[in-house]
Amino acid sequence: MALELHDGPLNVEEITNRWFNDMRDKNYGAYIPFIGIVRDEDGISGLSFDIYEPILQSWFDAWQQKAKEQGAYLLMAHSRGDVPNHTSSYISAVVSPQRKVALKLINDFVEDFKANAPIWKYDLIDGKRVYAKDRSHLLSGAGLLK
Amino acid sequence: MAKVEFLGPIQKEPMEVDIKTLAELKEIFKGDSELQEWLEICAVAINDTLVCSLDVKIELNDKISLLPPVCGG
Repeated sequence: MALELHDGPLNVEEITNRWFNDMRDKNYGAYIPFIGIVRDEDGISGLSFDIYEPILQSWFDAWQQKAKEQGAYLLMAHSRGDVPNHTSSYISAVVSPQRKVALKLINDFVEDFKANAPIWKYDLIDGKRVYAKDRSHLLSGAGLLK
Repeated sequence: MAKVEFLGPIQKEPMEVDIKTLAELKEIFKGDSELQEWLEICAVAINDTLVCSLDVKIELNDKISLLPPVCGG
Protein backbone atom coordinates (compact mmCIF):
# COMPACT_ATOMS: atom_id res chain seq x y z
CA MET A 1 0.00 0.00 0.00
CA ALA A 2 1.58 3.29 -1.10
CA LEU A 3 -0.08 5.50 1.56
CA GLU A 4 -0.15 4.24 5.13
CA LEU A 5 -1.31 5.86 8.37
CA HIS A 6 -0.14 4.71 11.80
CA ASP A 7 -1.27 5.52 15.33
CA GLY A 8 1.62 7.18 17.23
CA PRO A 9 5.27 7.43 16.12
CA LEU A 10 6.40 5.63 12.99
CA ASN A 11 8.56 2.53 13.20
CA VAL A 12 11.16 3.94 10.82
CA GLU A 13 13.31 0.82 10.55
CA GLU A 14 10.36 -1.47 9.79
CA ILE A 15 8.77 0.88 7.25
CA THR A 16 11.91 1.88 5.35
CA ASN A 17 13.26 -1.71 5.28
CA ARG A 18 9.90 -3.03 4.06
CA TRP A 19 9.66 -0.38 1.34
CA PHE A 20 13.23 -1.04 0.22
CA ASN A 21 12.63 -4.80 0.09
CA ASP A 22 9.35 -4.30 -1.80
CA MET A 23 11.04 -2.06 -4.38
CA ARG A 24 14.54 -3.52 -4.80
CA ASP A 25 13.54 -6.04 -7.49
CA LYS A 26 11.35 -3.61 -9.49
CA ASN A 27 14.38 -2.36 -11.43
CA TYR A 28 14.28 1.21 -10.15
CA GLY A 29 17.77 2.69 -10.05
CA ALA A 30 17.08 5.28 -7.36
CA TYR A 31 15.31 5.07 -3.99
CA ILE A 32 15.18 8.42 -2.19
CA PRO A 33 13.58 8.55 1.26
CA PHE A 34 12.72 11.59 3.38
CA ILE A 35 12.28 11.00 7.11
CA GLY A 36 10.85 13.77 9.29
CA ILE A 37 11.97 13.79 12.95
CA VAL A 38 10.14 15.73 15.67
CA ARG A 39 12.49 18.35 17.11
CA ASP A 40 12.70 19.37 20.76
CA GLU A 41 11.94 23.10 20.58
CA ASP A 42 9.79 25.74 22.30
CA GLY A 43 9.19 23.50 25.31
CA ILE A 44 7.13 20.88 23.50
CA SER A 45 7.21 17.20 24.45
CA GLY A 46 6.10 16.21 20.96
CA LEU A 47 3.56 16.83 18.20
CA SER A 48 0.09 15.46 17.61
CA PHE A 49 -1.85 15.06 14.36
CA ASP A 50 -5.40 14.82 13.03
CA ILE A 51 -5.89 13.57 9.48
CA TYR A 52 -8.85 13.78 7.13
CA GLU A 53 -8.35 10.58 5.20
CA PRO A 54 -10.72 10.94 2.17
CA ILE A 55 -9.06 14.11 0.87
CA LEU A 56 -5.57 12.92 1.85
CA GLN A 57 -6.10 9.81 -0.28
CA SER A 58 -7.32 11.76 -3.32
CA TRP A 59 -4.45 14.26 -2.94
CA PHE A 60 -1.98 11.36 -2.77
CA ASP A 61 -3.58 9.54 -5.73
CA ALA A 62 -3.16 12.67 -7.89
CA TRP A 63 0.56 12.79 -6.99
CA GLN A 64 0.93 9.08 -7.67
CA GLN A 65 -0.46 9.68 -11.15
CA LYS A 66 2.09 12.49 -11.71
CA ALA A 67 4.87 10.16 -10.56
CA LYS A 68 3.64 7.37 -12.83
CA GLU A 69 3.79 9.69 -15.85
CA GLN A 70 7.53 10.06 -15.11
CA GLY A 71 8.11 6.34 -14.55
CA ALA A 72 8.40 6.89 -10.78
CA TYR A 73 6.46 5.63 -7.75
CA LEU A 74 5.66 7.34 -4.42
CA LEU A 75 5.44 5.92 -0.90
CA MET A 76 4.26 7.77 2.19
CA ALA A 77 3.61 7.04 5.86
CA HIS A 78 2.21 9.48 8.44
CA SER A 79 1.30 9.38 12.12
CA ARG A 80 -2.08 9.95 13.73
CA GLY A 81 -2.23 11.14 17.35
CA ASP A 82 0.76 11.85 19.59
CA VAL A 83 4.38 11.63 18.41
CA PRO A 84 7.14 12.31 21.01
CA ASN A 85 10.24 14.40 20.37
CA HIS A 86 13.05 12.64 18.51
CA THR A 87 10.73 10.13 16.85
CA SER A 88 9.29 10.23 13.35
CA SER A 89 5.83 11.34 12.23
CA TYR A 90 6.41 11.39 8.48
CA ILE A 91 8.26 9.32 5.90
CA SER A 92 8.00 9.61 2.17
CA ALA A 93 10.05 8.07 -0.61
CA VAL A 94 10.32 8.13 -4.36
CA VAL A 95 11.64 5.33 -6.53
CA SER A 96 12.54 6.01 -10.13
CA PRO A 97 14.71 4.62 -12.91
CA GLN A 98 16.75 7.85 -12.78
CA ARG A 99 18.13 9.78 -9.81
CA LYS A 100 17.30 13.27 -11.15
CA VAL A 101 13.60 12.52 -11.57
CA ALA A 102 13.42 11.12 -8.03
CA LEU A 103 15.30 14.04 -6.45
CA LYS A 104 13.02 16.62 -8.08
CA LEU A 105 9.89 14.64 -7.31
CA ILE A 106 10.66 14.15 -3.60
CA ASN A 107 11.21 17.91 -3.25
CA ASP A 108 8.04 18.91 -5.11
CA PHE A 109 5.97 16.23 -3.36
CA VAL A 110 7.07 17.21 0.17
CA GLU A 111 6.54 20.92 -0.57
CA ASP A 112 3.00 20.30 -1.78
CA PHE A 113 2.39 17.92 1.13
CA LYS A 114 3.19 20.76 3.55
CA ALA A 115 0.88 23.15 1.70
CA ASN A 116 -2.10 20.98 0.84
CA ALA A 117 -2.33 17.62 2.65
CA PRO A 118 -5.36 17.75 5.03
CA ILE A 119 -3.41 17.14 8.23
CA TRP A 120 -3.62 19.29 11.37
CA LYS A 121 -0.64 19.67 13.69
CA TYR A 122 -0.68 20.36 17.42
CA ASP A 123 2.18 21.06 19.83
CA LEU A 124 2.13 18.89 22.96
CA ILE A 125 2.70 21.28 25.86
CA ASP A 126 2.13 20.15 29.48
CA GLY A 127 0.15 17.20 28.16
CA LYS A 128 -2.25 19.41 26.17
CA ARG A 129 -2.70 19.72 22.39
CA VAL A 130 -2.20 23.28 21.13
CA TYR A 131 -3.12 23.83 17.46
CA ALA A 132 -0.04 25.02 15.53
CA LYS A 133 -2.06 27.73 13.80
CA ASP A 134 0.89 30.04 13.07
CA ARG A 135 2.77 27.30 11.21
CA SER A 136 -0.26 26.15 9.23
CA HIS A 137 -1.15 26.90 5.62
CA LEU A 138 -4.46 28.14 4.21
CA LEU A 139 -6.07 25.74 1.74
CA SER A 140 -7.39 26.86 -1.64
CA GLY A 141 -10.60 28.86 -1.27
CA ALA A 142 -10.09 29.61 2.44
CA GLY A 143 -12.49 32.22 3.81
CA LEU A 144 -15.32 31.34 1.45
CA LEU A 145 -17.94 31.37 4.23
CA LYS A 146 -16.70 34.40 6.19
CA MET B 1 -30.61 17.39 4.85
CA ALA B 2 -26.96 18.07 4.09
CA LYS B 3 -24.40 17.32 6.78
CA VAL B 4 -21.77 19.86 7.88
CA GLU B 5 -18.62 18.62 9.61
CA PHE B 6 -15.93 20.69 11.28
CA LEU B 7 -12.48 19.15 10.85
CA GLY B 8 -9.23 19.25 12.81
CA PRO B 9 -8.98 21.79 15.63
CA ILE B 10 -12.52 23.23 15.32
CA GLN B 11 -14.20 21.87 18.43
CA LYS B 12 -17.75 21.68 17.08
CA GLU B 13 -20.17 18.80 16.62
CA PRO B 14 -21.46 18.01 13.10
CA MET B 15 -24.80 19.57 12.16
CA GLU B 16 -27.54 19.01 9.57
CA VAL B 17 -28.81 21.85 7.40
CA ASP B 18 -31.60 22.28 4.87
CA ILE B 19 -29.96 24.47 2.20
CA LYS B 20 -29.77 24.75 -1.59
CA THR B 21 -26.45 26.62 -1.93
CA LEU B 22 -23.37 27.43 0.14
CA ALA B 23 -24.52 31.06 0.27
CA GLU B 24 -27.39 29.88 2.49
CA LEU B 25 -24.92 28.16 4.80
CA LYS B 26 -23.00 31.42 5.09
CA GLU B 27 -26.23 33.11 6.23
CA ILE B 28 -26.86 30.38 8.83
CA PHE B 29 -23.34 30.80 10.23
CA LYS B 30 -23.71 34.58 10.61
CA GLY B 31 -25.42 33.98 13.92
CA ASP B 32 -22.54 31.91 15.32
CA SER B 33 -19.99 34.33 16.75
CA GLU B 34 -17.63 31.60 18.00
CA LEU B 35 -17.35 30.21 14.46
CA GLN B 36 -16.43 33.52 12.78
CA GLU B 37 -12.67 33.32 13.40
CA TRP B 38 -12.66 29.83 11.86
CA LEU B 39 -14.74 30.88 8.84
CA GLU B 40 -12.10 33.45 7.89
CA ILE B 41 -9.43 30.79 7.51
CA CYS B 42 -11.36 27.63 6.59
CA ALA B 43 -11.56 26.09 3.15
CA VAL B 44 -14.75 24.25 2.19
CA ALA B 45 -15.17 20.82 0.61
CA ILE B 46 -18.35 19.28 -0.75
CA ASN B 47 -18.27 15.51 -0.85
CA ASP B 48 -14.49 15.67 -0.31
CA THR B 49 -13.74 18.10 -3.16
CA LEU B 50 -12.60 21.65 -2.34
CA VAL B 51 -14.86 24.37 -3.77
CA CYS B 52 -14.29 28.09 -4.37
CA SER B 53 -17.79 29.46 -5.07
CA LEU B 54 -20.82 30.18 -2.90
CA ASP B 55 -23.07 29.40 -5.87
CA VAL B 56 -22.35 25.66 -5.68
CA LYS B 57 -25.64 23.74 -5.48
CA ILE B 58 -26.10 21.56 -2.41
CA GLU B 59 -27.98 18.28 -2.87
CA LEU B 60 -29.76 16.18 -0.28
CA ASN B 61 -27.23 14.05 1.67
CA ASP B 62 -24.23 16.11 0.54
CA LYS B 63 -21.32 16.25 2.97
CA ILE B 64 -19.91 19.74 3.56
CA SER B 65 -16.54 19.88 5.34
CA LEU B 66 -14.78 22.91 6.83
CA LEU B 67 -10.99 22.57 6.70
CA PRO B 68 -8.77 24.87 8.79
CA PRO B 69 -5.17 25.64 7.74
CA VAL B 70 -3.03 22.50 7.50
CA CYS B 71 0.48 21.47 8.50
CA GLY B 72 1.57 17.88 8.01
CA GLY B 73 4.89 16.26 8.72
